[in-house]
Amino acid sequence: MHVPDGFIDAPVSAATGVVAASAIAVSLRGARRELDERTAPLAGLVAAFVFAVQMLNFPVAAGTSGHLLGGALAAILVGPFTGVLCVSVVLLVQGILFADGGLTALGVNITDMAIVTTVASYAVFRLLVKVLPRSRRSMSVASFTAALVSVPAAAVAFTLIYAVGGTTDVSLDKVATAMIGVHVLIGLGEAAITALTVSAVIAVRPDLVYGARGLQQRLKLRVNGVLVDAPASTGARTAPVAARTSRRTLWLTGLATSLVLAGFVSFYASSSPDGLEKVAADHGLDKKAAGHAAADSPLADYGVKDVADARLSGGLAGVIGVGATAVAGSAVFWTVRRRRMREVSPASTAVENV
Amino acid sequence: MTPSLEVAGLAFAYPDGHQALFGVDFGIGRGERVALLGPNGAGKTTLVLHLNGILSGGAGTVTVAGLPVNRRNMAEIRRKVGIVFQDPDDQLFMPTVREDVAFGPAAAGLRGPELEERVDRALAQVGMGAFKDRPPHHLSFGQRRRVAVATVLAMEPEILVLDEPSSNLDPASRRELADILRSLDVTVLMVTHDLPYALELCPRSLILSDGVIAADGPTADLLADDALMRAHRLELPFGFDPRSVTMGA
Amino acid sequence: MGAGHAHRLYRHGHSPVHGLPPHTKLAAVFTFVVVVVSTPREAMWAFGLYAVLLGVVARYARVPVGFLLKRLLIEVPFVAFAVLMPFVAEGGRVDVLGLSLSVNGLWGAWNVLAKGTLGVAASVLLASTTELRELLLGLQRLKLPPLLVQIASFMIRYGDVITDEMRRMRIARESRGFEARGVRHWGVLAKSAGALFIRSYERGERVHLAMVSRGYTGTMPVIDEVTATRAQWSYAFALPFAALVVCLLGWFL
Repeated sequence: MHVPDGFIDAPVSAATGVVAASAIAVSLRGARRELDERTAPLAGLVAAFVFAVQMLNFPVAAGTSGHLLGGALAAILVGPFTGVLCVSVVLLVQGILFADGGLTALGVNITDMAIVTTVASYAVFRLLVKVLPRSRRSMSVASFTAALVSVPAAAVAFTLIYAVGGTTDVSLDKVATAMIGVHVLIGLGEAAITALTVSAVIAVRPDLVYGARGLQQRLKLRVNGVLVDAPASTGARTAPVAARTSRRTLWLTGLATSLVLAGFVSFYASSSPDGLEKVAADHGLDKKAAGHAAADSPLADYGVKDVADARLSGGLAGVIGVGATAVAGSAVFWTVRRRRMREVSPASTAVENV
Repeated sequence: MTPSLEVAGLAFAYPDGHQALFGVDFGIGRGERVALLGPNGAGKTTLVLHLNGILSGGAGTVTVAGLPVNRRNMAEIRRKVGIVFQDPDDQLFMPTVREDVAFGPAAAGLRGPELEERVDRALAQVGMGAFKDRPPHHLSFGQRRRVAVATVLAMEPEILVLDEPSSNLDPASRRELADILRSLDVTVLMVTHDLPYALELCPRSLILSDGVIAADGPTADLLADDALMRAHRLELPFGFDPRSVTMGA
Repeated sequence: MGAGHAHRLYRHGHSPVHGLPPHTKLAAVFTFVVVVVSTPREAMWAFGLYAVLLGVVARYARVPVGFLLKRLLIEVPFVAFAVLMPFVAEGGRVDVLGLSLSVNGLWGAWNVLAKGTLGVAASVLLASTTELRELLLGLQRLKLPPLLVQIASFMIRYGDVITDEMRRMRIARESRGFEARGVRHWGVLAKSAGALFIRSYERGERVHLAMVSRGYTGTMPVIDEVTATRAQWSYAFALPFAALVVCLLGWFL
């Protein structure tokens, strides 16, 4: 999904550049809360890992392949703000060093691959963690779903940017279908990897997973055979108080993001059956986005193309999406649980299981 | 004179519930060289990480040169306690030897010629002055360990803590490192299960077992006590008799 | 073990381009790409001139043409996309060799190909004449927030660790006859990624403990300052400036 130079016109590139820069500025502020002195290198490691998984190309149907985005993983492991920074750094280095993704398209790339993935996935993740019972399983399910949503969300964002500032005249319909279709599949792969990685890390080192900070229990100390409660400030290995105070902000951000995303998605759910052209779409954006804030799955555009009524189409796709997610989620989650029984040393067994 | 290190009633459990330390007490005087012996899983590494406040939050206190280890004193404590980790690859993370050795003093605010001078002195102490501009990962393992020691010496610590300093060294590098450690005028706490090395370098030893100090005394006496050694899963290499060795400096 | 002082894209040399301070090169390349992108696509000759300009820089930097061309291969996916464009785009059509092609699609393909290729070539030149560490120092000089520079430097450091682990795991997989071919193999890839992460995570943590033990508090101490003279700046900006002249000509001619 790395956009090269010249693919998106100059005004939109500049605009997304501004969006990216301000999002990074916000993240820098936010990251100060997420990062204690222990986690900056971990953020670097996550960035390196995201870099690596972006090189891992997935064989998708019909000879195409796509790569993972890693935004969901970063958000869950080091927090959403730091996550945005990690993926942005990856894109920056890829652009400068590997010429992967144009330098002038950096804003576009950061907006759809760093910001949209991270924010969307973390919103979903937080929501699920709130709703589901507090356990490691829920963490796996939540990571799976978060990652699953993040990739098509990025594809939708890309399509939207393309709709506004694409320099080529390929119809929006084709771009949207190709992008979102392929990326729903990639999303499944991303979801599997994210869920497995997160649950593997939680199993071994729960203290390292930002999203699982709420899972930790209070320390007990046994001093000379007597059980003593650990002091309230439990030091370096437990969640800093700041993380708790920022929860409300996270919630609000998450809610706002879901609304915005739902708006984007419903726009596509309605524009696609009509086969609107680019210009028309530009004009239709405002009124349609406001109308169908109910559709909640990026699958919306994809599944039910032939249904004429946009609202109905969105709803149906949502149902299909949720169903598929639930099935896939429970499958992975079941495997993960079985796996974990055997996983004394995940590093060695996972390779052996190959 | 205040002792270099005092540990009192130190207990700690990891977040996963595993408790590693159950009330550790000991003190080390200035200029002493002490070995901390113990089987795998005795809590040696956990203890080391408490000495400069990387781990904290359990019960008990650690005091370095009269300064308690707490959040407020952290910068000062980390300058005073120099930890050399087991794997030099973990310790050396800068592109050149010079920058790696400069890292600690620079983090403490040193700049310019003063910094250069500190780097040169530390490298000279470990005999690595000629490798200043080489990337650390191009050095041999023994050389890397010596550079790792230099990175810590550059901070002019009150106490030098070495985690398994002799591991993976060939006999020559092992001897060279011993010579270097003997030449230093600094308090040393050496964590090891290389018992001959402990005997060679440290007049006094502590045995950490099941999260408490099980024994504290002259190294030669501890190693000669077969029952004590067996009780704490410590074994001398085949054919090594501590009674037949005369203590070095 | 990666200190990342050199990377495989870097080509060691002592040319005038190698010697320029990294931040001047970064700024110059970025400006150049901006200029290229804002050139009208109809001015085909302008893109030819840009290519010549880059050729001159490559000559000064003593980067062989073959090396440059090989590194341009990263662009292939987009070339594939660009080739498809005339077939799928909308608008008026022309017949070329019996194929019906979209005029807009042809222009679009040309636009993406020309600008994309020039952008890639400029980045490749930058990467092959600048060491990784210098690039980071340059970014720092250009006022990239320190936290980002820090994440980037750690990323590069861990990059080697991870690629090493990844290579070992791939060899382990392939020596047992595994090859990722389709959806069926996702599970294997996913599991490898999980294991990879744990391995690197624990390594990273050990490194971090070592850093914290030496007084690291979240910012890398600056050991070497990078500065650029006015002459170096103007030297570096010769490229984007020449490009700007071409671009303006492209708009007004």
